[in-house]
Amino acid sequence: MIPTVPPAPHRFRRSRQRAHRAPWWLVATAGAVGLLLVAPLVGVVYQAFQASPRTAHRVLTGPLLPTLLVHTVQLTAIVSTACGVLGLGAAWLVERTDLPFRRVFAVLLLLPLAVPEFVAGYAWVSLAPSIQGLWGASLVMTLGLYPLVYLPVAASLRRSDPALDEVARGLGVGPARRFLRVTLPQVSRPLVGGMLLVGLYLLAEYGAFAILRFRTFATAIYTQYTLGFDAQAASILTLVLCLIGVILLMGESRVGRSAHPGRESGRAPARTRLGRATPLAVLALLALCGLAIGVPVGSIVYWMVSRSSTTLPPASVWGTTVQSLTLGGVAAAVATALALPVAVLTVRHPSTTSNGVERVAFLDRALPGVAIGLTLVTVAVHHLEPLYQTTTLLEVAYVILFFPLALVAVRAAVARVPRGLEDAARSLGASPIHVMRRITVPLVLPGLAAAATMVWLSATTELTATLLLRPTGLETLATRFWVYTTGLAYGAAAPYAAIMIGVSVLPVLLLARLARSSSSASPSRRRAA
Amino acid sequence: MRRWTALALVAALALGLSACGSDTPSSGGAPSTTAGVPAHISTTPDGNITVYSGQHEQTVSQLVSAFEAKTGVKVKVRSDDEGSLAQQLLAEGSATPADVFYAENPPALNVLDAKGLLAPTAPSTLARVPSQFNPASGNWVGVSARAVALAYNTTQLQPSQLPDSILGLAKPEWKGKLGIAPGETDFQPIVTTIIRLEGRAAAEAWLKGIKANSKVYADNEALIAAVNRGEVATGIVDHYYWYRMRDEVGRSKVHTALHYFAPGDAGALTDVSGAGQTSSSKHPGSAQAFLAFLVSREGQQIIADSESYEYPLAKGVVSTKGLRPLADFGPSPMTIAQLGDGQQALQLLQQVGLL
Repeated sequence: MIPTVPPAPHRFRRSRQRAHRAPWWLVATAGAVGLLLVAPLVGVVYQAFQASPRTAHRVLTGPLLPTLLVHTVQLTAIVSTACGVLGLGAAWLVERTDLPFRRVFAVLLLLPLAVPEFVAGYAWVSLAPSIQGLWGASLVMTLGLYPLVYLPVAASLRRSDPALDEVARGLGVGPARRFLRVTLPQVSRPLVGGMLLVGLYLLAEYGAFAILRFRTFATAIYTQYTLGFDAQAASILTLVLCLIGVILLMGESRVGRSAHPGRESGRAPARTRLGRATPLAVLALLALCGLAIGVPVGSIVYWMVSRSSTTLPPASVWGTTVQSLTLGGVAAAVATALALPVAVLTVRHPSTTSNGVERVAFLDRALPGVAIGLTLVTVAVHHLEPLYQTTTLLEVAYVILFFPLALVAVRAAVARVPRGLEDAARSLGASPIHVMRRITVPLVLPGLAAAATMVWLSATTELTATLLLRPTGLETLATRFWVYTTGLAYGAAAPYAAIMIGVSVLPVLLLARLARSSSSASPSRRRAA
Repeated sequence: MRRWTALALVAALALGLSACGSDTPSSGGAPSTTAGVPAHISTTPDGNITVYSGQHEQTVSQLVSAFEAKTGVKVKVRSDDEGSLAQQLLAEGSATPADVFYAENPPALNVLDAKGLLAPTAPSTLARVPSQFNPASGNWVGVSARAVALAYNTTQLQPSQLPDSILGLAKPEWKGKLGIAPGETDFQPIVTTIIRLEGRAAAEAWLKGIKANSKVYADNEALIAAVNRGEVATGIVDHYYWYRMRDEVGRSKVHTALHYFAPGDAGALTDVSGAGQTSSSKHPGSAQAFLAFLVSREGQQIIADSESYEYPLAKGVVSTKGLRPLADFGPSPMTIAQLGDGQQALQLLQQVGLL
């Protein structure tokens, strides 16, 4: 049970009628999480309103803004469409056809998640410098982000009821029309949700676009901060970026509401036979995996072999690795723990508050790391001084940055817990906490594991916020990679990139395993058994 | 729509909360540095210090090790891009844990200086370096210099084909043959210099010509590598990128050389890396001792011998790395004060669409 349905629509009327009043502690926890998540947004708004009218006028009417808007719209449209097509196509091939080596592909297709975008950017540019601008950026980002669509769509295809498809087939409907009329509606929610995540990632991404020479809001914001020393102008641009994020979220909730998730079933669907198209399908998937994983891994190996600089003591590499994994692990545990009450509240007691928390979490995802990082710097140094430049504050940043990933996975898991089980336990006199501990948590455990894995994966390789918020002297794999690449010492940087990818492979394998087992752990399957 | 109303409410609430605890940007305890000589500034170590460094990491760690061995002061180093660090220092204000800021270019230091976030540097430290490399305020000290150069691919171009003036690169004949990295903090001072020497209109025309001629790279590292591969024939970079690239790819794979612009030209710019003590440092003695060490014979010799390939500035210390003698550049076309905070250059770069 894997990052599926992002901020899903709610059947307000029905759930309102049936909803118990949410226990106060649940609301309080979710509210506290909401306050934490809203902090960076507030910081940005506050800074933006500090700007002098002249600055605001210069930023909002200058030639920069239209360029950035055009770039952002183009990029978002191209990449999210491409990710949608690739993610859906790959998921359909793996889950609904007799494709050979399906289980291998199920893992390979997820592996790009293990490659940090800035590493992929460096790799592509050093391989083919002509990879740049809109199309270069689109290529690199699509290859890095399509798993965000593949993962939820594959999970949904695996679980959805094949009966509809079988009926259509029985009525003589051809495969193409069945795909359009039956399969597509069944997966439209995870598909759109995954594409939304892709869009939000694109808004926030800085490193890859800087390398690929494509100007987006994130790169312009970075320029304002670091070349212009102008936090106010940067905040105004960030505010515009937020508005684009809001539009994306609104669009998603509109599409999501009209989609119907369909019934679930534990029954395996009949697989479409690929026949003579089999070699073509295998080749296409191999090409996809080869570009998405082969290029970055190949460049790293090339750097290691051909360059003269080396990383000095292996001991420091090892220590840095442990440091990164620990930081990521703590962030994963905290983010997942915090996501649970929010997910329960949004699924079981949907209200404007719970929705607000959820939306804010997703909006944060659209903020560049430098904006979140600097906001936390300002807040911490002036109001929470003992926390400043401690690992605690760094973990807080990771939790804010990656909370949406956790929420998406946990939410999907919670949504699949049969409500009747909880109601029955309540009617037998169990307290809400008891119900959560004995019924909900065990059932959503695979979802929690998936959530923690996703956060762990992302936090271990985070760069921008880490540079700003880490305790002075603390080094992670990403910061070492950055130090060496800015010094042109690619040979010395390569081992850190290799380890970043290497340690991420394990979580990805775990993720693929969880995805496999989630269908057998699904409640409907249990009932059937 | 209602969920958005709720969101707005939550935001407004939190905004109110944060405004309650609002802080005023403090100008710290910087003693004003009017023309007169400031009160005696101690350079006697008085505790451990934190250095924010935008400089070449490996060289800084050599400097720090030598300083620690000599004084017993422990130094924590925070390495990041100089622009990010300056922004961080601005956000931290007087609450900064940093005692010293060691930057790559003057604008980052000048911005902090203008906000009163830097304290005066000991006169004995400033005196180690020729005065043109120090700011008029005396609130930071020049430590090393880098020179603007044109890296060119030796298989595509002969030295005789290269212009004496950086202004020549805006001519149509350079179309497609020029690489730049305008997002780097190193590029801004060049634009500032041209604005200063030729006027804003000429600088704008130059930038438009450059934009039409050039391929834009994310950073100087990518640019120098591209020139070496032959992807672009020339690139405007600081000299040391060529040396660092040479070390990384190995001498046999170097297909580039450096060309310097004629003395007096806007392109004959030597830019300064400097360091200053933060005005709210809790260990100003150690911070000043560190600044003094950076320009001491020992510190400068480390820079002269290091793989950062920068020019040491103290009198009597010369780079041992085979660099072009600093004197050959002629007097710098710009003073440190004239380099300012680079805002004009930035706005021009944005106006022509290079940033």
